[in-house]
Amino acid sequence: MNERAKPELKPVVNESGIEVNPLYTEEDVEKSGGTKLVGLPGEYPFTRGIHRLMYRKQPWTMRQYAGFGNPAETNQRFKYLIANGQTGLNVAFDLPTQIGLDSDDPLAEGEIGRVGMSVDTLRDFEVAFDGIDLDEITVSLTVNGAAAILIAMYLAMAEKRGYDLAQLRGTAQNDILKEFIGRGTWVYPVEPSIKLVGDTIEYCAEHAPRYSPVSVCGYHIRESGATPAQEMAYAFCIAKAYADEVLKRGLHIDEFAGRLSYNFNIFGNIFEQVCKFRAGRSLWAKIMKEEYGAEKPGSMWLRMIAGGGGGGLTFEQPELNIVRGAYYALISALSGAQTMALCSYDEAYTIPTEYSARISLRTMQILIEEMGLTETADPLAGSYYVETMTNQMRDKIVEIMAETDAEGGIVKLVSEGIIQARVSAQAYRMQRDIESGRFPKVGVNRYRNEREEDRPVEFHPYKEEDARVQIERLQLVRAERDQANVDQALTRVHRDAEAGANLMPAIVEAVKAYASVGEITHEMVKIYGRYREPIRF
Amino acid sequence: MKPIKVLLAKPGLDGHDQGAKIVARALMEAGFEVIYTGLRQTPEAVARMSLEEDVDVIALSSMAGSHVHFCKKLKPLLEAGGLTDKLWLIGGCLPQQDHATLHDLGFKGIFPTGSKLDAIVDYIRHNARTA
Repeated sequence: MNERAKPELKPVVNESGIEVNPLYTEEDVEKSGGTKLVGLPGEYPFTRGIHRLMYRKQPWTMRQYAGFGNPAETNQRFKYLIANGQTGLNVAFDLPTQIGLDSDDPLAEGEIGRVGMSVDTLRDFEVAFDGIDLDEITVSLTVNGAAAILIAMYLAMAEKRGYDLAQLRGTAQNDILKEFIGRGTWVYPVEPSIKLVGDTIEYCAEHAPRYSPVSVCGYHIRESGATPAQEMAYAFCIAKAYADEVLKRGLHIDEFAGRLSYNFNIFGNIFEQVCKFRAGRSLWAKIMKEEYGAEKPGSMWLRMIAGGGGGGLTFEQPELNIVRGAYYALISALSGAQTMALCSYDEAYTIPTEYSARISLRTMQILIEEMGLTETADPLAGSYYVETMTNQMRDKIVEIMAETDAEGGIVKLVSEGIIQARVSAQAYRMQRDIESGRFPKVGVNRYRNEREEDRPVEFHPYKEEDARVQIERLQLVRAERDQANVDQALTRVHRDAEAGANLMPAIVEAVKAYASVGEITHEMVKIYGRYREPIRF
Repeated sequence: MKPIKVLLAKPGLDGHDQGAKIVARALMEAGFEVIYTGLRQTPEAVARMSLEEDVDVIALSSMAGSHVHFCKKLKPLLEAGGLTDKLWLIGGCLPQQDHATLHDLGFKGIFPTGSKLDAIVDYIRHNARTA
């Protein structure tokens, strides 16, 4: 605390609830816990980054979220992004696919191909990734409720194309607990949902050891109203719940922890976010090492995509979101993220057009090529402010995790809708603060345009005929496939679900027989039932 | 007089409920009785709950683009249920070019992203039970 600067100043408290001083000195660093956890990049506890050379060796992967319409259209967008220098893919699926409905399901009507690519069978994956080198371009599948099926499909597609699963890399989001908090693409009740995440981790540990079957998301919890410290604390609690599920099956932590990854948000106060990531890295390493007995450094790494930032973007004066996106990208780069993706400036209106997606990609490329951000690892280390705030954020995250455990643990709190109600109440207060001007937003409660009609947003067109084409493709696959094979595979899914076995081998067999997402889900629902959302305010 | 009763529904498969829950809190704070449906409601479910709960206001929150499609299916069901004297409104990610269509379908209150909570509250206070 610097007394000279204090008196007449109004206190400033960041979103995580930590007071920010007008000046930091060595004394603040010491009082907050000192520099013993700072260390070196690539060394435990990895505060400064998980690799020694960080971006000097390899810049972050650029992985814009993309997908719409049918697989052939999405394949074109993928190729466009790759041609423009994108280094990874992040696949958006439509809502029917995400919750396990086929395109010809009556509930899918009006939603096919709208917010992502429509996938019914393995045939769709063959088309979507046609001509894309899966060694060169790693693919991230943003799917949760139907993740086990789509991971199986991805592995089957890669295997069919001759890739060695022992070497295949890629990621699935597959974080179902956060879907119950925000985002909402759940299918089954909480317990079997966690069991399925365990199945995918266990299966990949054996059959696709370089594939990352889970990307634990603080991101959407933050979007739902969590503070940055809660975002990280809840994500860690969720990751521990998955790890515990896998450990029950007799695996050692080092057999799978190295393939757990994270997805975090980047909007908000620059220093609060950077310190959130630095603090989180050392905390996760400590949890893995001390609580779980991990020995391999890779098991202790907090590998992450740090990106998006949607919650910080505005409907008003959307072109300002290009500027916000650039600052958010800077946060991600200063935080040592492995992968970055940015929400495009028009996302309060529409799914991104080629034009807006390219601006996001170029934003990251400018940081890599022009701004010197890849030259030195963890450039903010040693700043009195950054090291103090990193210590304070770490304490805050630990405190929230302890509270969560004391209240009965994350699984219970999510099952009962308590976390949902908590973050939603915070989102409400934030919305009120934005509307009253207490929380500043340029273009919204400051510097508004008198005339808001001149919005330079072009709408991504939704093509109604895509749905018809997709349904016809599904019917064609159904007509061509060996139905006896499909029936046998679906029976096995049903039987293994009933027996409580790891469901992945049966699902892999079913997708290889060209059983559809909806057909496989249907068998699982028969055993597991469906989630019922707790409504709590 | 009994408080104004609002059914706040999440239509279709869209999972973005942060906005709907914020609006629900604002309406409750304003003294309205709010029935929040949770996610994934079909047009049939929205019509049935509106009728059974005898609400004054039927409000939808749509963020994933299927609003026109949904409202087209909901309108005849609400009409068949004799609910044309209720106030129908919709909020969310609603492009300007769809507003006229939504209005013509009977959704008189249209609150796209960027709308103020108090504007929604005031609109309901002034327009519910007046039809």
